[in-house]
Amino acid sequence: MRVPLSWLAEYVDLEPGTTPEDVHAALVSVGLEEEDIHRFELSGPIVVGEVLSVEPEPQTNGKTINWCQVRVSPGEQTAADGGPAIHGVVCGAHNFTVGDKVVVTLPGAVLPGPFPIAARKTYGHVSDGMIASAKELGLGDDHEGILVLGTLGLDPEVGTDAISLLGLDDAAVEINVTPDRGYAFSIRGVAREYSHATGATFRDPALAVAPVVTASEFPVTIDDRAPIRGRVGASVFVTRAVRGVDPTRPSPAWLIARLKLAGIRSISLIVDVTNYVMLELGQPIHGYDLDKLSGGLTVRRAREDEKIVTLDDATRELHPEDLLITDESGPIGLAGVMGGQTTEIGATTRNVLIEAANFDPVSIARTARRHKLPSEASRRFERGVDPAVAVVAAARVVQLLVELAGGVADDLGSLHDATPDAVPIELPTGFISGLIGLDYTREEVRSSLAEIGATMTETPTGLSVTAPSWRPDLTDKWTLAEEVARIVGYDRIPSVLPVAPPGRGLTLPQVLKRQIAQTLAAAGHTEVLAYPFVSEKANDLFGLAAGGPVPQVRLANPMDGEAPFMRTSILPGLLQIAHRNRSRGLTDLAVFEQGLVFRPEPGIRYGAAVVPPGAVRPSANLEAELNAGIPPQPMMVGVVLIGNTVRHQPGLPAVAAGWQDALAAVQQVALAAGVRIGVRRGSHQAMHPGRTAELFVTMTDAEDEVVGYAGELLPAVARDFDLPSVVAVAEVNLSDVIAHAGAGIVATPIRTMPAATQDLSLVVDAAVPAAEVLAAVADGAGALLESAHLVDDYRGTGIPAGRKSLTFALRFRAPDRTLTAPEASEAKLAGVAVAAVRFGATIRE
Amino acid sequence: MSDPTEISEPVVSAAVDAALAAIAAANDSAALKTVRTEHTGEASPLARLNALMRSVPGDRKAQAGKLLGQARGAVAQAFAARETAITEAEVAAQLAAEAVDVTSAAQAWQPGARHPISLLQERVTDVFVGMGWEVAEGPELESEWFNFDALNFDEDHPARAMQDTFFVEPTAAHLVLRTHTSPVQLRALLSRELPVYVVAPGRVFRTDELDATHTPVFHQIEGIAIDKGLTMAHLRGTLDHFVKALFGEEAKVRLRPNYFPFTEPSAELDLWHPTFKGGARWIEWGGCGMVNANVLRSAGIDPEVYSGFAFGVGVERALMFRNDVKDMRDMIEGDIRFSQQYGMTV
Repeated sequence: MRVPLSWLAEYVDLEPGTTPEDVHAALVSVGLEEEDIHRFELSGPIVVGEVLSVEPEPQTNGKTINWCQVRVSPGEQTAADGGPAIHGVVCGAHNFTVGDKVVVTLPGAVLPGPFPIAARKTYGHVSDGMIASAKELGLGDDHEGILVLGTLGLDPEVGTDAISLLGLDDAAVEINVTPDRGYAFSIRGVAREYSHATGATFRDPALAVAPVVTASEFPVTIDDRAPIRGRVGASVFVTRAVRGVDPTRPSPAWLIARLKLAGIRSISLIVDVTNYVMLELGQPIHGYDLDKLSGGLTVRRAREDEKIVTLDDATRELHPEDLLITDESGPIGLAGVMGGQTTEIGATTRNVLIEAANFDPVSIARTARRHKLPSEASRRFERGVDPAVAVVAAARVVQLLVELAGGVADDLGSLHDATPDAVPIELPTGFISGLIGLDYTREEVRSSLAEIGATMTETPTGLSVTAPSWRPDLTDKWTLAEEVARIVGYDRIPSVLPVAPPGRGLTLPQVLKRQIAQTLAAAGHTEVLAYPFVSEKANDLFGLAAGGPVPQVRLANPMDGEAPFMRTSILPGLLQIAHRNRSRGLTDLAVFEQGLVFRPEPGIRYGAAVVPPGAVRPSANLEAELNAGIPPQPMMVGVVLIGNTVRHQPGLPAVAAGWQDALAAVQQVALAAGVRIGVRRGSHQAMHPGRTAELFVTMTDAEDEVVGYAGELLPAVARDFDLPSVVAVAEVNLSDVIAHAGAGIVATPIRTMPAATQDLSLVVDAAVPAAEVLAAVADGAGALLESAHLVDDYRGTGIPAGRKSLTFALRFRAPDRTLTAPEASEAKLAGVAVAAVRFGATIRE
Repeated sequence: MSDPTEISEPVVSAAVDAALAAIAAANDSAALKTVRTEHTGEASPLARLNALMRSVPGDRKAQAGKLLGQARGAVAQAFAARETAITEAEVAAQLAAEAVDVTSAAQAWQPGARHPISLLQERVTDVFVGMGWEVAEGPELESEWFNFDALNFDEDHPARAMQDTFFVEPTAAHLVLRTHTSPVQLRALLSRELPVYVVAPGRVFRTDELDATHTPVFHQIEGIAIDKGLTMAHLRGTLDHFVKALFGEEAKVRLRPNYFPFTEPSAELDLWHPTFKGGARWIEWGGCGMVNANVLRSAGIDPEVYSGFAFGVGVERALMFRNDVKDMRDMIEGDIRFSQQYGMTV
């Protein structure tokens, strides 16, 4: 909503010298949001001139310019720019003649642009200023010629300051109106709010207009057979007629200037007046050419297959929920949204029927949304228009058309008013103080409510408050509390820290999630946050290990048509980020992300066909249904490494990132989560067939649960992402891993007897996984084996082709005695025996 | 030196003097070892003099023994002193030789980093956990009921259209990407015993085009407290404590009337700090208010018995004015240089 200050000042006192910034600050303090300030960005001297002579001079370029003598100050007085009373001015326009009063921008003036005016040589003359068009002054969009003041009905003295004459010294504040404050979409409402903020006297414009008396009834039928949510489409419908309007009358300059500042283009006097009254009182007005109407008006819902051509020349197919204004010819307007073409006010309209109605907000909102037609009218109806102001607004339009357009108020009209009686709100004594935490006096409560226009009566328990007609948002005692709190001032509310009951701190999953991120970062990975929007192809690629399409969530209105799906894996986003980093010259990367992925189960239809109402707790069944309708969203962590993990440095060769780093990241996750993550050879369609590990967690029933994959991407996939051929990746389902965390740790006594260490080299088939050989040795060696790890994997001279030698470092310890070398050897050989049975392992000679 | 024949003071003195001179002349441990062999070893003059003790007559044995004992003591003492000095010098020389350029250390690991948006969320939640609040979570893909209806967004209310919601296909399934962390409020109220004091940090979605100050994916932190007797003064007290904990003692909160469907009364939360970029000023940071009675009813809570407050703030926005991030794109593009300037702290 844009509010010209001159207009605001008509209904509320503005201290002399009040700036737009002051007005903003005042309005913000009572809950309106500051948006912008609009001015005619110009400065003088800009004066009224009279054209004394016009000499057309054809030019070689085919144009004809006019060399004009213009009187810009009376008699022999010095002009406003200090120059002579008569200025010579070159003008390219031809829509004026000798004797016309025009607007002359004299040297020193600045027009919007900024476009400074100076005497300049042009077409063989010194043009000592400029004759301005309405567009150049910022008043309109027309550039058909210069502004002849007579067309605005003006005949001012030569030399008059044109800036104040045309209202160009005004400014408007723009505010954002929250959805509960429909009434602030009017000068009337904003003036009232300004009065709340400053205490300045408010004069209600709705009380300034005398209602028009009508004698003969214009036929209007409200015939709503399908009210939306039980509300009839039109509760108030007022018509008034004005006859004999002079269609040649121009809109006065002040009207044009105010509309312009308010963001509305001047169209014609009749249309301008309806817009003016809408801005002033907040009541959308529709004007019909009375002579184009056939019979009376009927307000009804649209029928199947009905169409209307609206004012914007668009043919619109109507929906049975659309509320229409119709006459005997059919639909002539989309009620409260936009009028129709057939009864439009035009250049020849002399007799006008004015409609001021109150339409159901929901009906209007749906129609405006359905036809993508947000209009000044629909915006107001959606938020609620004062039902009591319709009759006043209609009268105000009549008044202005009589005053400005030479019309005659006709006794034809109608009034339908089915506004329900306001329901009083019971406000118990002390309720507001108890909710806000500030002891308001009885007087503060009463005067605040009176100030916003509420009326009230005492009851034994408090007040019975009736909200003013323009505040449909005031529906209960909480809404009244806000009014009192904001009128008295939010700054008066004290600061009291409440004491919460003792909390239990972060939950284990919350702690582990953090710890996992901290651990990965400490181990050299950089956390990033990718958008979760991906392509179907990316989801399919990283969805199932075995390949094939996966169920996925598709957005109905994605930002990027290439990526309308919600990710089923963290990896596509990370790979994209890796590519972006590389394109910026950052080639050594280790990045990770923790986040949710979206994994609908196959064959399930998610969602709820019907959304339960608000303000009622759903039944346990319904709540369970709602939750079951939401696709699973597990928390994942993904890691991507490319380039080097260690850079080349003095005494240290570079170390290239590879599958081992992906597995190291997995073990860092396992360490941080306190959950053992097992590793075995695996396969995944997006990954290198020989360099992929399947990750699993062993559950209490000894069953495995696969929790992710780690290794290197298939080089072809890496290429598709425009990445180098070696890309190490890991992805772990943290929800699954963390579900296994927190099992109580049973302490093992620390053995302090001396240890015996032995190395063991076993020759096995090259395809046998080292971890399985190690597990066999451990199984066989029994309780004396305290630790074992792989120290070497040797292939080549001395080892048969297709086999490998694995060397393990073993540490044995007995709980109760110093272990002898023969005892340790015996345990080791028991391990070898198991490895021999399982894998044909032999001790390397 | 020819073999001594008797233990006499001049002979012993001569042997001691020779030993002391040799010890003093030794410059390193090898030389000192030679000196030791020559002057205290079996073939040394003092050793040979000692061998004569057997032939010294009984009446002179004590005197000769004392003479030799003193001589050997003097030599041993000098030797020990010299040995200590040489060892120290040699250790010092070795350490000097081992000096490195400590600024050239090769690093076998790369520095990693957390994302500051994650860290800031953790800091904020820690402030509230310190006050006894708990942390609640919920899904990012939500039912419209949780995201809108339960929060007093009527199906036809303009506020619902203003939310720029991402809808999921088919739209008839009524699933959306949550537009705020507020649905977690409802989930907390439905699943917990009263009183409830929880914060909910998380990712939210709106259909805003990405630019320097907007991103379709961003983070909020929501707080809600429902108890008997909670007032708007408690809301202000909580916010005051919170902003001082996060921004320092000089931070201030201002509440301005505003509208949100899920609170009544509602307020805009403005934050003031003397060191914000652009000088001491008020910055719009979030929304707050007393939880709307209809929201309580959605959770089956009687608004005549319980009351409470809620607030929500933007994490990206906080990072912008707290750490002077000028372009929101830096936060979402994943350029590792952005996270790495924070390391593990924010």
